[in-house]
Amino acid sequence: MWKFAIPLVLLVAIGVFFYRGLSLDPSDVPSALLGRPIPEFSLPSLTDPDRSVGSQDLKGKVVLLNAWGTWCIECRHEHAFLLQLARAGVPIYGFNLRDDRASALDWLATLGNPYVASAFDADATGALDWGITAAPETFLIGRDGKVLFKHISPMTAAVWQRDFVPILQRECASTDCPFLAAAGGL
Amino acid sequence: MIPELGQFALILAFCLALVQAVLPIAGAAVGKREWMALARPAAAGQFVFVAIAFGVLVYAFLSDDFSVLFVAQHSNTALPTFYKFAATWGGHEGSLLFWITVLAIWTVAVVAGSRSQPQEFSSRVLGVLGIVSAGIMAFALFASNPFTRLSPTPFNGADLNPLLQDPGMVIHPPSLYGGYVGMAVPFAFAVAALLTGRLDKNWARWTRPWTVLAWVWLTCGITLGSGWAYYELGWGGWWAWDPVENSSFMPWLMATALLHSLAVTERRGIFKSWTVLLAIAGFSLSLLGTFLTRSPVLVSVHAFASDPARGMFILGLLGFFSGGGLLLYALRASKLEAEGGFKLLSRETFLLANNILLVIAALVVLWGTLTPVFVDALAHKKVSVGTPWFDLYFLLPTLPLALFLGAGMHSTWKITAGAPLVQRLMWPAALAVAAGIAIPVMLFDKTSLLTIVAAAIGLWVCATALLEPVSRLVRRHAAPLTRAQLGMYLAHLGVGVFILGVTFVSAYTVEKDVALRPGDRAEIGGYEVLLRDVRPVTGPNYTAQEGEFELRRNGRLVTVMKSQQRLYPVQQTELTEAAIDTRIGRDVIIALSKDLGAGAWAVRIHVKPGIRFLWLGSLLMALGGLLAVTDRRYRQPVRASSVVEATAKPAATGT
Repeated sequence: MWKFAIPLVLLVAIGVFFYRGLSLDPSDVPSALLGRPIPEFSLPSLTDPDRSVGSQDLKGKVVLLNAWGTWCIECRHEHAFLLQLARAGVPIYGFNLRDDRASALDWLATLGNPYVASAFDADATGALDWGITAAPETFLIGRDGKVLFKHISPMTAAVWQRDFVPILQRECASTDCPFLAAAGGL
Repeated sequence: MIPELGQFALILAFCLALVQAVLPIAGAAVGKREWMALARPAAAGQFVFVAIAFGVLVYAFLSDDFSVLFVAQHSNTALPTFYKFAATWGGHEGSLLFWITVLAIWTVAVVAGSRSQPQEFSSRVLGVLGIVSAGIMAFALFASNPFTRLSPTPFNGADLNPLLQDPGMVIHPPSLYGGYVGMAVPFAFAVAALLTGRLDKNWARWTRPWTVLAWVWLTCGITLGSGWAYYELGWGGWWAWDPVENSSFMPWLMATALLHSLAVTERRGIFKSWTVLLAIAGFSLSLLGTFLTRSPVLVSVHAFASDPARGMFILGLLGFFSGGGLLLYALRASKLEAEGGFKLLSRETFLLANNILLVIAALVVLWGTLTPVFVDALAHKKVSVGTPWFDLYFLLPTLPLALFLGAGMHSTWKITAGAPLVQRLMWPAALAVAAGIAIPVMLFDKTSLLTIVAAAIGLWVCATALLEPVSRLVRRHAAPLTRAQLGMYLAHLGVGVFILGVTFVSAYTVEKDVALRPGDRAEIGGYEVLLRDVRPVTGPNYTAQEGEFELRRNGRLVTVMKSQQRLYPVQQTELTEAAIDTRIGRDVIIALSKDLGAGAWAVRIHVKPGIRFLWLGSLLMALGGLLAVTDRRYRQPVRASSVVEATAKPAATGT
């Protein structure tokens, strides 16, 4: 009898809805910044409190901006890969969040420092402008100072290959990313 | 090395679960006894290896093994041992392993209880439990491994979410999981009945105690969760209709419908396909609930998208279990023929109404829970289905449900004579209406129509539940009630007490936010609160400001209360530890919140009448269920024919 198939039909309908709804991938637009210029900021440098790290440092070249903190277990997870990227010549700027300076410096000393420079944002005021809610998050910033991509959760080789390299190949059609040759294959 | 042993044990358990899933069902299909005979040893072996895997994870927590990623994410050396143990299920991966462990325990219990059942049937039941177990284990092994290592090993862990550092966390999830996972048992019985194509009264008698047991666990789990929110969140709420709460409530509503439907199937051999459908739906909602409660995966679509592998796995599992069950249902349910009919005025009709209203209530909750998720996913808009929506739409089916409940308890199977029923229930009805008006008017200074209606309905349920036990006590020569009947009346009394609790909490709670300096006083609901002092204190893994308050009534000191504003440095989380003074009629809650500067503190004070009735009602429901499970008829061996059973017992015996 057909009436006994009604629950199954309903379930399939809900399932299709679920699948469609959830595979739309809302992380495509997690950042209102995508395609927009980076927010202006200027924060003290982690390693040298007298110097500052700010939006001026990020402009005019293709760079990564990585939000991290010593309290963030996942950051420890991605650290090795960030070091690999840095060794391949990718300029990575750090955004040190809600940390204390001593333990952050200790972290870089023991695990290695992949960052060109790290902004020290103890009370996460700068992070607010970037829409950074948690660490780790990694932004890809183009030559024109616009945000090309944002990745939430640890950086891995798979994410790098899947999301970052294709954008970089497009962005670096000319010769302005000297690191692509070395880092493209990571 | 030890975490790898846990991993290895889990893999072995997975292999045994596959054996348990495939061979007994195949054996039952082709009539091979030696294949069917594998079900029991496979289940027992699976239990042993699951227990080892779980023990290893507990050991990793207790020994602060931060080389295990899951431990590093959810524990800390400063965490009290008590909570290190509870942190085992404090996150997604660990709670999955815990789910598997609980299922293994249920399976072993089913093995022990199935000795009197035909081998063909019990091997199918165990086979289905094996399929469920193998599916969840595959998820744990391939997409949520709790034993994943972390390198380099951190010096310390990220600590357990401070909200979870509450004694409630140690007992609430196990109890809730006992219920969620327990719903797999009626599911397995239902699928086994569909596979066999036969569903008789014996089937209902085997299935019912398991369903009631799972329901008791679920009842306790939800109550503990509600109590946990009440004590730990510090805002005095006991239910907020948030997705996580709803996801435990929906299976409960389904399980409640199922155990009533089972009562009809057991007594009368009807509602068969409906019972099977409820069993499948109950387990499906339990699975959905499991994923909503403990894993970040479905809580928000954003978390889902950040880890699509897990999300797909979950959807796949849900689709496989629910879809598979419903597919079988579509193919086989028409074979389950009703063994009799019933008249319009009969216990069957009341139980049918109960079922329909409970399912509507569950659908209301489901709709309210999923709508925001879907709207966010499809339109990127944030909508919120708030408490008022739930309060209103949930009352619509449940108020009539409570009305029917009182009459249903006193109706008889097949056909009920109208006049005696009305005569019998006249006095409880009159009493309920009179007291429903009198209590709000006399005890409180204001009242509303809804309050009176709700109070009267609560009293009506209490009165009708007490009617039979009390009148049997009075007539000394009357036959004593069976445990099943007593349990039924007790649980329904619990429903009535619960309704009264909800009514008075909702109608008469008084809340006040005040700014107090040491020495200041505030007036609320006939009480006077004096802030004596605020001073810093230090806990094992937190620092806090502790406020000491005097609670006075009519100038006399009632008690001294201490509330803390805590800071957990590892997770940078602030948490209010509210002070609660409990009396049977009311609770007074004082929560020290923000430092307003210049020595003043924001303080929140609640007076909540009736909140104890709410917990008491839930407790009575659970106790009633437990009492019913111990009824003699569930411990007797199967009779040769179910027809004998139907004639051997008087038709009016309770549910």
